[in-house]
Amino acid sequence: MQTAASEGNAPWRFDLFVLPVILGLGAFAGILEAARSPDPAMQAQGWTFALCMMATGAWYLWTYAGRTPRDELTPYANDVVRAGVIASMFWAVAGMAVGLILALQLSFPHWFYFAGEAWTNFGRLRPLHTSAVIFAFGGNVLIATSFYVVQRTSRARLWGGSLPWFVFWGYNTFIVLAGTGYLLGITQSKEYAEPEWYADLWLTVVWVCYLLTFLGTIIKRKESHIYVANWFYLSFIVTIAMLHIVNNLSWPVSLLQSQSYSLFSGVQSALTQWWYGHNAVGFFLTAGFLGIMYYFIPKRAERPIYSYRLSIIHFWSLIFIYIWAGPHHLLYTALPEWAQTLGMTFSIILWMPSWGGMINGLMTLSGAWDKLRTDPVLRMLVVSVAFYGMSTFEGPVMSVKTVNALSHYTNWTIGHVHSGALGWVAYVSFGAIYCLVPWLWGKKKLYSNALVEWHFWISTLGIVLYITSMWVAGIMQGLMWRAYNEFGFLEYSFAEAVQAMHPYYIIRAAGGGLFLAGVLIMVFNLWKTVRQDAPAQAAALVPEAAE
Amino acid sequence: MERWAYEEVLAFTRSWDAVYFTAMFAVALVYAYWPKNKAKFDQAARIPLEDEGQ
Amino acid sequence: MKHEKFERNSILLLVGILIVVAIGGAVEIAPLFWVNGTIEKISGMRPYTPLELEGQKIYVSEGCNVCHSQMIRSLRDEVERYGHYSLAAESMYDHPFLWGSERTGPDLARVGGKYSDEWHRAHLADPRSVVPESIMPPYVHLEKTPLDYRDIRQMLEASRDVGVPYTDDQIANAQADLEAQVAPDTDGADALKKRYGAKVQVRDFDGDPSQITKADALIAYLQMLGTLVDFKTYQADAPGNRR
Repeated sequence: MQTAASEGNAPWRFDLFVLPVILGLGAFAGILEAARSPDPAMQAQGWTFALCMMATGAWYLWTYAGRTPRDELTPYANDVVRAGVIASMFWAVAGMAVGLILALQLSFPHWFYFAGEAWTNFGRLRPLHTSAVIFAFGGNVLIATSFYVVQRTSRARLWGGSLPWFVFWGYNTFIVLAGTGYLLGITQSKEYAEPEWYADLWLTVVWVCYLLTFLGTIIKRKESHIYVANWFYLSFIVTIAMLHIVNNLSWPVSLLQSQSYSLFSGVQSALTQWWYGHNAVGFFLTAGFLGIMYYFIPKRAERPIYSYRLSIIHFWSLIFIYIWAGPHHLLYTALPEWAQTLGMTFSIILWMPSWGGMINGLMTLSGAWDKLRTDPVLRMLVVSVAFYGMSTFEGPVMSVKTVNALSHYTNWTIGHVHSGALGWVAYVSFGAIYCLVPWLWGKKKLYSNALVEWHFWISTLGIVLYITSMWVAGIMQGLMWRAYNEFGFLEYSFAEAVQAMHPYYIIRAAGGGLFLAGVLIMVFNLWKTVRQDAPAQAAALVPEAAE
Repeated sequence: MERWAYEEVLAFTRSWDAVYFTAMFAVALVYAYWPKNKAKFDQAARIPLEDEGQ
Repeated sequence: MKHEKFERNSILLLVGILIVVAIGGAVEIAPLFWVNGTIEKISGMRPYTPLELEGQKIYVSEGCNVCHSQMIRSLRDEVERYGHYSLAAESMYDHPFLWGSERTGPDLARVGGKYSDEWHRAHLADPRSVVPESIMPPYVHLEKTPLDYRDIRQMLEASRDVGVPYTDDQIANAQADLEAQVAPDTDGADALKKRYGAKVQVRDFDGDPSQITKADALIAYLQMLGTLVDFKTYQADAPGNRR
């Protein structure tokens, strides 16, 4: 793809032809939609998409017109990883800030709801929060780190010329389209699959390009073995593609309407959705981030992974067990009993490979535990693995039917999700980004290790407040719903259980606020790192000097 | 297409899932512990540490 | 030569992953489309009326399903609090399902008929005016926004395309039926009941006869929820209904 015609000084490049054509078609489709749709929300989506396409097109012109960008002359593509890191931090702040607003809305509904402003309501902001933290923050971290890791472990440059850049811009276009859509009331209602048909189609295009970039890089590797981190990344990319396509099979009301009807209904749609939803956790939030663990912990600790054999068993058993566990989201519902039992059984078995992975990550430090004291970044990475172990123990427990009878529908689920999301996903991402920024910007070290310490302790306190308050709230909620009085009647009205949540909602908001404060400290620290000592700054503008 | 009875599905999943999973696990285990592969894996484990370029 | 082996390994890995993950999903999900008894045999379920379908669209659009479930589990306290446990058949026309996963607010699977239209209006506009402990957002914009139902016929058609058994008659009269559901004692209302059943609730749901608002649609949908199935004729132990 990159090979140019050997004669002539202006090599014709396939990627610089096809990708701008896609952008042009995208912009055209967006404008057409905006002009023809009778629905104002859809018109706004059309304009948004067209603007994103044109902005990306302008970037292509600015970068490639009449020259070869410097970054393409280096052995590894670094600029796109840098862009991914910046986008990750932007979305982290945005997504977590929305989460804090939601927590405050449930704590103080009198102050944080604005009658008449439909777009500020909980129902529309909630998917904005989940998508912004999972897909925008998490997704950009995965794209950036996978691009970084696959090049180093394959000793090959990213395949596809400007294709990785197309993945980056295209993916963020999807995020913007989805997020603004939620505020306008456009959603499929399916959790973590809210974006409507046209956004789903666009993501499919982008995701195929992502797979091509990643696989192409592996194929042209100069290392005989494919390092295990890449197995995890590849399984994440492939499985998410499958899940996304199947779960989003739907039929638009018309090509000019945002709304669509899912091909499946009722119970089939429920199981398909939670097969998707659970494996979005399993392959997006677990396998992808395990790829980070398997590269960044050994790299930072300067020791190979504890057991490469264990990592192979970890990989295969994790992916073939995870895919079955979805029905544990539907226990005691109208889903047939056999599917419920299957889901519960595999959820419990899942505990084993999860802990196999945790042990592998933690034991990598054996013989070097003192580094945890001196290197707060490594500590963050290791603590993330500990949180991974904790939430992958809690998960199987919650999928036992008798426990689930109590925990389902309550705040316990919210607490469980956040122990994984904050403790595992966010921490391993922060650890990786703290490693990456000095490496990518050619600095010897971070601006301040003390600020990393502050970040670590403030956000750890935040997580503890968050998950303990949600444990107490969830269990209390579950018990109140099922409590009977001495006369054999239900003891509490639903509203009484809502009232009982009030103090815990406030504690949760405080925990979330602390976590966000930690991220802001991180952003400051990274900013100062990139900007530190003027001589090195000049070097940063010339990335190849750092190679 | 003939519809399956509930009991048939139950019997099928109960017996064949166990076989499928045991087989999958055995294959992964054998591959990981195959003596000939040891040198390859030890070398692979060092891949992240050997790369010097940033 | 050597490079070919590299490519083979990476494609092998890709295919291996795909096979492993595809088998799990296929074996688990496919039977739901083929096993007898996945969806119970019941009487009373019907496709939603055009106004109810618009109401469901608003329910989804505002994210009601984020905090309210529509799935009563087969547990004693839930059945006592909310009514008969939910059947798979009751959501057979929901594309997609709206079972929900959280109860920040109560379950709504059988909310139909539990409260008056006036209560719903007051509650939607200012939840804390009727339930002081409530933490629900205000939805006052619904009663102020006229319902845009220009695409109602297309909505019914798209629903039929994915399997909801709307008749040609129902599709041809989609707009008339929608307007008739808020106009009791008219010929249109009679025609609506003829097409969707005598139990269809026809009245001016938002208390403002001058226009059809989003509140009309949403309240019509809420008042229908859980009222369709005739549980007097439902036999949980019948062979076709065994789970």
